[in-house]
Amino acid sequence: MDGTYREQEKWDLVIQPRKQWFDLHLQDLWRYRDLISLFVKRDFVTFYKQTAFGPLWYIIQPILITVVFNIVFSKVAKISTDGIPSFLFFLSGNVAWGYFASCFDQASGTFVKNASIFGKVYFPRLTAPVSVVVINLVKFGIQLTLFIGFYIYFIASGSTVRPTLFILLLPVLIFQMALLSLGMGILVSSLTTKYRDLTFVMTFAVQLWMYASSIVFPASRVPEKFLPFYMANPMASVIELFRYSFFGKGIHDPFYIAVSWAVTIMVLFGGIMLFSRIEKSFMDTV
Amino acid sequence: MSMPETVIKVDGLSKQYRYGVIGHGTLYKDLESWWARLRGKEDPNVRITEHIGPGLDGEWFWALKDVSFEVQRGEVLGIIGRNGAGKSTLLKILSRVTTPTTGVVKIKGRVASLLEVGTGFHQELTGRENVYLNGAILGMTKVEIRSKFDEIVDFSGLEKFIDTPVKRYSSGMYVRLAFAVAAHLEPEILFVDEVLAVGDVEFQKKCLGKMEDVAKEGRTILFVSHNMAAIRSLCRRTILLDKGELLMDSATNQVVAYYLGQNLLEGAIASAEEIEARMEGLIRRKHPFIRFREIAMLDRSGVARRSFNSDEDIVVSVTFECLQPIPQVYIRVTVVDEDALPVLESLNLDDSSMAKSSHQLAPGIYNASCVLPKNTFGGRQFFLTVHLVYLKTEHLFVNKILEFDVMFKGYNNEYVPNYDVFIRPRLSWAIRPGYRERLSTSRI
Repeated sequence: MDGTYREQEKWDLVIQPRKQWFDLHLQDLWRYRDLISLFVKRDFVTFYKQTAFGPLWYIIQPILITVVFNIVFSKVAKISTDGIPSFLFFLSGNVAWGYFASCFDQASGTFVKNASIFGKVYFPRLTAPVSVVVINLVKFGIQLTLFIGFYIYFIASGSTVRPTLFILLLPVLIFQMALLSLGMGILVSSLTTKYRDLTFVMTFAVQLWMYASSIVFPASRVPEKFLPFYMANPMASVIELFRYSFFGKGIHDPFYIAVSWAVTIMVLFGGIMLFSRIEKSFMDTV
Repeated sequence: MSMPETVIKVDGLSKQYRYGVIGHGTLYKDLESWWARLRGKEDPNVRITEHIGPGLDGEWFWALKDVSFEVQRGEVLGIIGRNGAGKSTLLKILSRVTTPTTGVVKIKGRVASLLEVGTGFHQELTGRENVYLNGAILGMTKVEIRSKFDEIVDFSGLEKFIDTPVKRYSSGMYVRLAFAVAAHLEPEILFVDEVLAVGDVEFQKKCLGKMEDVAKEGRTILFVSHNMAAIRSLCRRTILLDKGELLMDSATNQVVAYYLGQNLLEGAIASAEEIEARMEGLIRRKHPFIRFREIAMLDRSGVARRSFNSDEDIVVSVTFECLQPIPQVYIRVTVVDEDALPVLESLNLDDSSMAKSSHQLAPGIYNASCVLPKNTFGGRQFFLTVHLVYLKTEHLFVNKILEFDVMFKGYNNEYVPNYDVFIRPRLSWAIRPGYRERLSTSRI
């Protein structure tokens, strides 16, 4: 009998030391799509079982921040909002930023938070941060509804703001925020497996990032020569487009949109690459 | 005739773990170390493992070393070995929780692994919701879970509670539901690690039965256990791992017999490598003063053993090395239970002959021995923790480095109840007629 015939057989799974950077197994993520939906369902159900104050907080929080911003930046510092009612200006920024920030924050805890379950069973680790990005749409939906409520109220009571056709691209904007926060989240999450104290820096960094993302002032206030650098921040572009959709004011230069997408894709791929490298050895470092 | 088909092929599998510095865990400390090095100062964050003397493997430790074997379709393979032999590491690599350092594993067919039941169960969710979630974590699709749902609930025997949040379940119910999900995975290859150690006896039997059924259906199982009876009844072939190496691969009866025989003698001596690997403590200087070389448990005739009768003296032998002259060394031997709670303790300075002599120890190897006297312990399992201290400069210790059993022999060969008690010395008793003797009150 030929002793080597088995060598030609097909194996379903080959486990070996990980060497290549581009061995991402993204098809696994698709195979486990049911798990993503069940993670989302789990978080949704546990969210519902909270006290009534939880969901209520989602509404109170952006309103409070908006009121404070309104007083500090509009009334005291007198920063122009390009003719947009300042309350709507700040609320729109806060609602959009809120989605990005909470996805980023929660996705960045992926490894640390799931350490015990990751150590027991294999499933594509990316299912966890992806489900975070999806479940946060619930909170975002609530806040967006809140914003649209105020928006309609302002128009009804005589404000001159009008939506543009860009509003049809709103889902694309949300999708971009989801990709960017996922990318940033898993990037930071991978780094926190090595540096635990990065978590503290995170909170601080997100704060700073917010101030550079057109939340408290419009990009039109940025000096011309700095604008290209400013708009390299994909979130600045997203927020500007978000405002342009609803108010007709904001930077919507296709070049800047292309740049922000390029940065988003780079962050996402960088994140996925680092993440899938870390996920293999992560259990040995905790 | 159908050819036996290889479904798992493990080839030269090794896994190396690194002790000590992987990164200090915080950016702050890494920057601190970098700053110190930049100024030519001593790194303030150096760990024990960077000072290990020559001859030791240093920071690296092989959890698995060049392990190769093949498994045929439908085979139930037992995997046994002492704690730390590499069984769990092997299963972790096979189930893709971690990656090997070198070597390749090739697998044919759908795989499921049970390293722990109930992974990902969420307290707030109901039994039903957890069945779906847990099933998906284990790799099932929603459709598959739906089609098996009734069977799973039936197997668990929890029909009435399936819509109750699992936080209201008893731990037994929890495990039953979790195992029921896992048992219905229907993978072609199943890795099982010790899940049978949980649940009541009745349910354990049910689990074993289920695994037998699975095996009869022609599926392949790799089963890690300390339960030799379960290994014997389930597996025809067994492999024995020892210190990361494949020591034996043969018929179960043969391997189990060898393992049990060897187990009685081994484990009574901890080598320098084992001690280094598990050493904890505080080191203040870059150059070591003292290091463990060996810890052993002996009987009076000097034979290393790990089980003793209660009427025998037990000798704890601690061999250490002084690398620089030191005035005094403290050695502390503590007998602890499985939770590391101390039962008995002794310090070398307790002995007056030791306390007085502040004799200088020149560099070299020394052996300290301490006798745990007979008729002290009750019949149970104990562990040994040893501390080695040089003033405030170095404090090394190894927790639960050795394990030993004491068989309680009784004092009068009559009534010997085997209570799980720590200390059972021979105490003096007296029974007299009447009430207790009273001292005359006039003295007060």
